[in-house]
Amino acid sequence: MSVKEIFETMEYGPAPEAADVAVAWLERHGRRFGHFIGGRFVKPAAGETFATYHPGDGKELAQVAQGDERDVAKAVKAARAALPAWRDLGGPGRARYLYALARHVQKHARLLAVLEALDNGKPIRETRDLDVPLVARHFYHHAGWAQLLDKEFPDYEGVGVCAQIIPWNFPLLMLAWKVAPALAAGNTVVLKPAEFTPLTALLFAELANEVGLPAGVFNVVTGDGLTGAALVDADGIDKVAFTGSTEVGRIIRRATAGRGVKLSLELGGKSPFIVFDDADLDSAVEGVVDAIWFNQGQVCCAGSRLLVQESVARRMEAKLVARMETLREGPSLDKGIDIGAIIAPVQLSKIERLVEQGRAEGARCYQPSWSAPKDGWYYPPTLFTEVSPAAAIAQEEIFGPVIVSLTFRTPAEAVELANDTRYGLAASVWTENINLALDVAPKLKAGVVWVNCTNQFDAAAGFGGYRESGFGREGGREGMFEYLKPRFEARLARYSSGDLAPPAAASDLGAGLDGGHGGAVAFAPIDRTPKLYIGGKQKRPDGNYSYPVLSAAGARVGDAPLGNRKDVRDAVEAAVKSGAWTQATAHARAQVLYYVAENLSARAPEFEERLRSLVGGTRKAAGREVEKSVDRLFSAAAYADKYDGRVHPTPMRNVTLAMNEPYDVLAVVCPDEAPLLAFVSLVAPALAMGNRVVAVPSARWPLPVTDLYQVFDTSDVPGGAINIVTGVRDELAKVLAQHDAVEAIWYVGSAEGSAMVERESAGNLKATWVNSGRARDWYDDAQAAGPEFLRRATRVKNVWVPYGE
Amino acid sequence: MTMSREVDLRLEQAAAHAAPLPRNDGMALELDWVEGVRVNLSAVERRAATLTTRRSVKKDWQAAWLLKAVTLIDLTTLAGDDTPGRVRRLCAKAMHPVRQDLLDALGVGDLRITTGAVCVYHDMVPAAVAALRGSGVPVAAVSTGFPAGLSPLETRIEEIRQSVAAGADEIDIVISRRHALTHDWEALYEELRLFRQACGPAHMKAILATGELGTLRNVYKASLVAMMAGSDFIKTSTGKEPVNATLPVSLVMARAIREYFERTGSAVGFKPAGGLRTAKDALAWLVLMKEELGRRWLEPDLFRIGASSLLADIERQLEHHVTGRYSATYRHPLG
Repeated sequence: MSVKEIFETMEYGPAPEAADVAVAWLERHGRRFGHFIGGRFVKPAAGETFATYHPGDGKELAQVAQGDERDVAKAVKAARAALPAWRDLGGPGRARYLYALARHVQKHARLLAVLEALDNGKPIRETRDLDVPLVARHFYHHAGWAQLLDKEFPDYEGVGVCAQIIPWNFPLLMLAWKVAPALAAGNTVVLKPAEFTPLTALLFAELANEVGLPAGVFNVVTGDGLTGAALVDADGIDKVAFTGSTEVGRIIRRATAGRGVKLSLELGGKSPFIVFDDADLDSAVEGVVDAIWFNQGQVCCAGSRLLVQESVARRMEAKLVARMETLREGPSLDKGIDIGAIIAPVQLSKIERLVEQGRAEGARCYQPSWSAPKDGWYYPPTLFTEVSPAAAIAQEEIFGPVIVSLTFRTPAEAVELANDTRYGLAASVWTENINLALDVAPKLKAGVVWVNCTNQFDAAAGFGGYRESGFGREGGREGMFEYLKPRFEARLARYSSGDLAPPAAASDLGAGLDGGHGGAVAFAPIDRTPKLYIGGKQKRPDGNYSYPVLSAAGARVGDAPLGNRKDVRDAVEAAVKSGAWTQATAHARAQVLYYVAENLSARAPEFEERLRSLVGGTRKAAGREVEKSVDRLFSAAAYADKYDGRVHPTPMRNVTLAMNEPYDVLAVVCPDEAPLLAFVSLVAPALAMGNRVVAVPSARWPLPVTDLYQVFDTSDVPGGAINIVTGVRDELAKVLAQHDAVEAIWYVGSAEGSAMVERESAGNLKATWVNSGRARDWYDDAQAAGPEFLRRATRVKNVWVPYGE
Repeated sequence: MTMSREVDLRLEQAAAHAAPLPRNDGMALELDWVEGVRVNLSAVERRAATLTTRRSVKKDWQAAWLLKAVTLIDLTTLAGDDTPGRVRRLCAKAMHPVRQDLLDALGVGDLRITTGAVCVYHDMVPAAVAALRGSGVPVAAVSTGFPAGLSPLETRIEEIRQSVAAGADEIDIVISRRHALTHDWEALYEELRLFRQACGPAHMKAILATGELGTLRNVYKASLVAMMAGSDFIKTSTGKEPVNATLPVSLVMARAIREYFERTGSAVGFKPAGGLRTAKDALAWLVLMKEELGRRWLEPDLFRIGASSLLADIERQLEHHVTGRYSATYRHPLG
């Protein structure tokens, strides 16, 4: 076209970014890459390779190594070998390396950006302006955490060798999110990049060598899902960090169960994008562009469910339809495009299938009049309206440039629709009314809430999900904890077999009636029947069985109700319904906990007597347990309004509020020893943070806890805030771990029980905290109280609120 | 479809886009519409920041776009020391803004490229009219107590009349900022109605002085009121405010124009003024107009750029495009 013609048409024309430097880098390697293990590229054990392609034209970029368990073992061994020196280097020593990595990412920013755009197919604008700057920022930020580690996390140490598995949608950025905190905390890494996008990780490995990172600190094993599975299964790993699909997240949860492997999962999403009628609609339209037409919609936190208030729904829809026309789709290296190619044919057909299904289900489908390029794996931006919440396109994660639109009438209905999903990664809220925005944000079940913006990321702010979007955070102080563990943990002794009550066999039920099992109970003047405590009421167990409670000396002290799965169901139901406890102010919760302490203290002699009758020991020892329990209640009450959130200083004009939010329902399974103190130490901080708790007390000695009901009743504890089911620990724990309405579970018991809880919690991917069969000292405040419990009792929600007038 | 047929079709479409439009006659003041305006500063800034990173115009396309920018410039002199001689020189430049050899090299020697208009103070209108006679380049006069707009209303209206009588084709009026700042939209509307009446056949370009309006919401509302009152163009600034045309302000005004067009069917023009000095700036604003308002808003009847030094930079870029060497200012005739 001539200048004269362009002068008339005023079209944009092509604006290609040169690929020559990236191509030269590929050529230097003969377009063939091994694994990066122990500081150098090595050939795969089996000698197998596979191709990685440019999605913009479907052409092969290079052959990379297909890793198997031998390659993985070699990498883990290298990481293990490098660990002591890297750990002993100390935070400030490691900070120098992280700083150098940040600098080198900046020095080679354009090469990284071009290579990423080639391998992934996303627009060069995004890799150049978003991915790579965020990568550098992440290493800078974590150089800081390394420097400050001893001061800011004095009682923590690194977990060890970290297995990290990252997705193809933000290959280099996800590498940074995983590697930077791991290295800062003194861990070494084996990284498995996604099969579709291994190249920037390999280039990064060269940068690591360039800055002199000690060999073995950072290793890359490339390959497909099997390689990832081999890495997860490998002996000698201490932590798995995974970003990817919920389906694979579940597999990893089960595969790591019981191995004492720390786990963080960042999984799928179907994030709501809520537009209220007082929003700046033109800006909200651009928000949708950034939400779902960013990275081709292949973003785990993409705003893919548009919820629009009815009064502005038609206007919003018209604006969106018009806006789609001006989007430009094309080769990733064109500097003038908005949308690149879909990662692979398999993903493209998934999108096509779901869109077809949406059409078939009767939703109205809008696509722009222009057609997507044909020479690569392209899909046009797509908007569905008249979608019912039950439609597959409204429920399933499409992971493509497809948004579905629903309407709502009131803020309450918006929240209800927004939360009507098993996911909970992110949400976006558009309104010019700050009262509305700050009312809605805490009600949304999502780890990140963006007010009048979307897809904002920064190293200083945690990112991660609620519900089946996973657990753990990446970024910020909250993210550092995923790569740290309390120092005392390594010193904890294992329970010996006699420490935990054996499971009650059916033959034990009703036992003691014949004079066996410790003989008859010495009744109090009037018989007392311990029951379950559900919804603020004492309830008989569903099965109406009791089991004998024996003292340490073997005498039968009484009977306890034998709770079963229906009792657990009822207890969880009561907890679900008692939202008032969560909504109460922290001050009000503190008052209740102080009151519980006060009433427990007033009845101390009675509890001492009970404890002595069970545990034995001196009066003084029993007195100490009661006294310490009162103290723990006081501490929890004290913390209720002091375990603050934070305002993260993210680099834009906004406040990023990191709010510590409770789980809706948290299950606590207690050990046998210290039956009162362990229960209180676990339950009190959970309550203080606003969780509604379903607790299984000491199976062996539940009576001090069943005695507590009256204390709760007289201390203004609202019904349903704490629910107690006595019975066989692991049986009840299993029902709790499997229950989809329980969002977190703490388990203190056997190693087998810990494994079972981790495995069974894969259903809804609840957050777990288990002791792996190790015994804490409940009298040691360092082990049995403090911020770790509060952190475990909460999840961090980051709310981004830009401001400016 | 063959390539040339495709181009032909696109050219036809472009020609259709350039068809003359009816003037915006305005409408009754609709306060509900004005009061319902919402603008989120941070979100507007984000969009403005990525407008220029999402689009890139290179090589022949860049040359064509820069030529287009030349045709959109209101070549301006608004200085206390303006003289008829100075204005005649400016008009000569407006009629021949780019060296003919460069135009020939670009293959557009026959396009009669001129700037969009020449913009002067009232006293300079006769000199400009005389100098531009027969060229087709319109004369624009700043008016109504430019730049502060604080002289008596009657005086301001009379000033418009005299400039029109002197031959000005376009009148760049300034609004009373106080009306916008106190949200007295009726007063603003009435004032602009009177101005528009006084303009008669001359086109009215309403300068909002956005740098003095405090918030983008005020900018949007003032834009709406100015259009309701019958402005042919809305214009950001006098060039004398501390902050003149910015991309966020321009984005908000463009969105107001779009909204007004969608609701009334009347197309209103946009003129950023002050602060656009480089070829890169010009491309940024062209992208903004194309993205937010579409191809039709890239013609001088709907888009002008108020600038004095911009042209010199564009000339140098065009020469670079032709020769492949970076150019020097002195190689291009002064205005």
